[in-house]
Amino acid sequence: MGMIIQGATGDWEVVIGLEIHAQVTSKSKLFSGASAEYGAEPNSQVSFVDAAMPGMLPVINEMAVEQAVRTGLGLNAKINKFSVFDRKNYFFPDLPQGYQISQYLQPIVGEGKILIDLKDGETREIGITRLHLEQDAGKSLHDQHPSQTFIDLNRCGVPLMEIVSEPDMRSPEEAAVYVKKIRSIVRYLGTCDGNMEEGSMRADVNVSVRKPGDEFGTRCELKNINSVRFMQQAIIYEANRQVDILEAGGTVDQETRLYDPVKGETRSMRSKEEAQDYRYFPDPDLLPLEFDGAFIERIRETLPELPDPKKARFIKDLGLSPYDAGVLVAEKEVADYFEAVAEGRDAKLAANWVIGELFGHLNRTSKSLGESPVAAPALGELLDLISDGTISNRIAKEVFEEMFDTGKMAGAIVEEKGLKQVSDTGAIEAAIDAVIAANPDKAAEYKSGKDKLFGFFMGQVMKATQGKANPGVVTEILKPKLDA
Amino acid sequence: MSLDKAAVAKVANLARIRIEEKDLEPMAAELNNILGWVEQLGEVDTDNVEPMTSVADMRLRWRADAVTDGGYVEDVVANAPSREDGFFAVPKVIE
Repeated sequence: MGMIIQGATGDWEVVIGLEIHAQVTSKSKLFSGASAEYGAEPNSQVSFVDAAMPGMLPVINEMAVEQAVRTGLGLNAKINKFSVFDRKNYFFPDLPQGYQISQYLQPIVGEGKILIDLKDGETREIGITRLHLEQDAGKSLHDQHPSQTFIDLNRCGVPLMEIVSEPDMRSPEEAAVYVKKIRSIVRYLGTCDGNMEEGSMRADVNVSVRKPGDEFGTRCELKNINSVRFMQQAIIYEANRQVDILEAGGTVDQETRLYDPVKGETRSMRSKEEAQDYRYFPDPDLLPLEFDGAFIERIRETLPELPDPKKARFIKDLGLSPYDAGVLVAEKEVADYFEAVAEGRDAKLAANWVIGELFGHLNRTSKSLGESPVAAPALGELLDLISDGTISNRIAKEVFEEMFDTGKMAGAIVEEKGLKQVSDTGAIEAAIDAVIAANPDKAAEYKSGKDKLFGFFMGQVMKATQGKANPGVVTEILKPKLDA
Repeated sequence: MSLDKAAVAKVANLARIRIEEKDLEPMAAELNNILGWVEQLGEVDTDNVEPMTSVADMRLRWRADAVTDGGYVEDVVANAPSREDGFFAVPKVIE
């Protein structure tokens, strides 16, 4: 469902397009042999190429090319065997070259498309306009000194993929789901770690509004948004700001705006006089980037199963609900964990335990899946104990609790605490007889037609056996006894 | 193609080159001379000629993804007019 803003002059539709900057997973930089790792001492990962010393020449990193092609394939996009690096010229202290090496008219990856699943169950296709390779800039620290800005060039020259979408999104929710989907795809592919906090994934958001059916309105670009939540807030604020301007008879200026999460508003970043004029031209230091079809095919052969096909397989082959399948495939680690648990077992039972118990416990203790005290084989063993009737589902939850707290294996806990399910009919029959004898009035009521009391008797018997009685066996014996 | 005074002032500003008001007009004339000279190339018939990307018959060289450079903070910041703890220090640049 698109977001509609009800203005005084009627309904307004919000139109959103995104530019996602994703840091390529690689050891070294796009055009130099300095390390691309995050978090090093200032300027310790800077080569003379990155510092733009005179006479230094860029040499392209083959891994960056491979990763861009791999990502393009994951976005179902056209791979361009011939692409060109251009200089995007602007001045800023964290850009010593005075230009960013980027790709303009001939990017490495062309048009593609991805699918996003919305809350209401609808699936939408979002067009990808292009993906190109470019250098990151350095980092400016403004809060270290009262009158100076500190510049660290470690990030300077780190390879980025800019993934540009078509203006196909119509609500903040769609934009959020799109970003999460791109993040999921690049993480599956291993081409970007998707870490928004460390800045390895950032989004610029283009927002405009229009009366439904009209031409696109003038857009504003919201810069450098580093969380999905802020992005949604920024879109809502910006769309309403534009509607207010238009309804007051004004016009929206095409400009770059900055979202301020503290004030919850967007504000103009660059004045109109300094409108961006990047004077792109082909970088004379670099020949065009060329490769053949065999290079692309070699990469295609290494592609993992991506979230969409995996989800379809979970639904079709494992019988999971679309919702459960969607939750399980969103992160590759989760999907791998689930598959390890489900292997050779009841997949629906495995899904319920992973999504319900495991995620519940991880959330409560603020742990990631990687930190889970219960590894996939351990959860598998627990499920086996349920399936073969050793313990009931209810007891299994207790056992899981203990596993999560202590890291012990399920079998050991069941043994230690004597939690084995009782299927011995003699013991169960004795417990049933005792319960019926203790509740003669309820037994009489049941007989006279209050069927619902069966649950009461069931509960009492389970209580009497500390939950260890096999519920199937209890039902089998209890029913004829009550009816007698 | 012809540049006027305003265009020269704009390009100078984008390139961070200071040009005095009195020099704008002569600069525009000089640049227009150069542009006119280059525009003569337009007279050459280039139909069915592939765009030339390099005068040398070369392919772009690729390098393996390995860390082979960096680790010399002192050399990198050696020319900085102002520095602090390995950072370049510049006048505050925040809006």
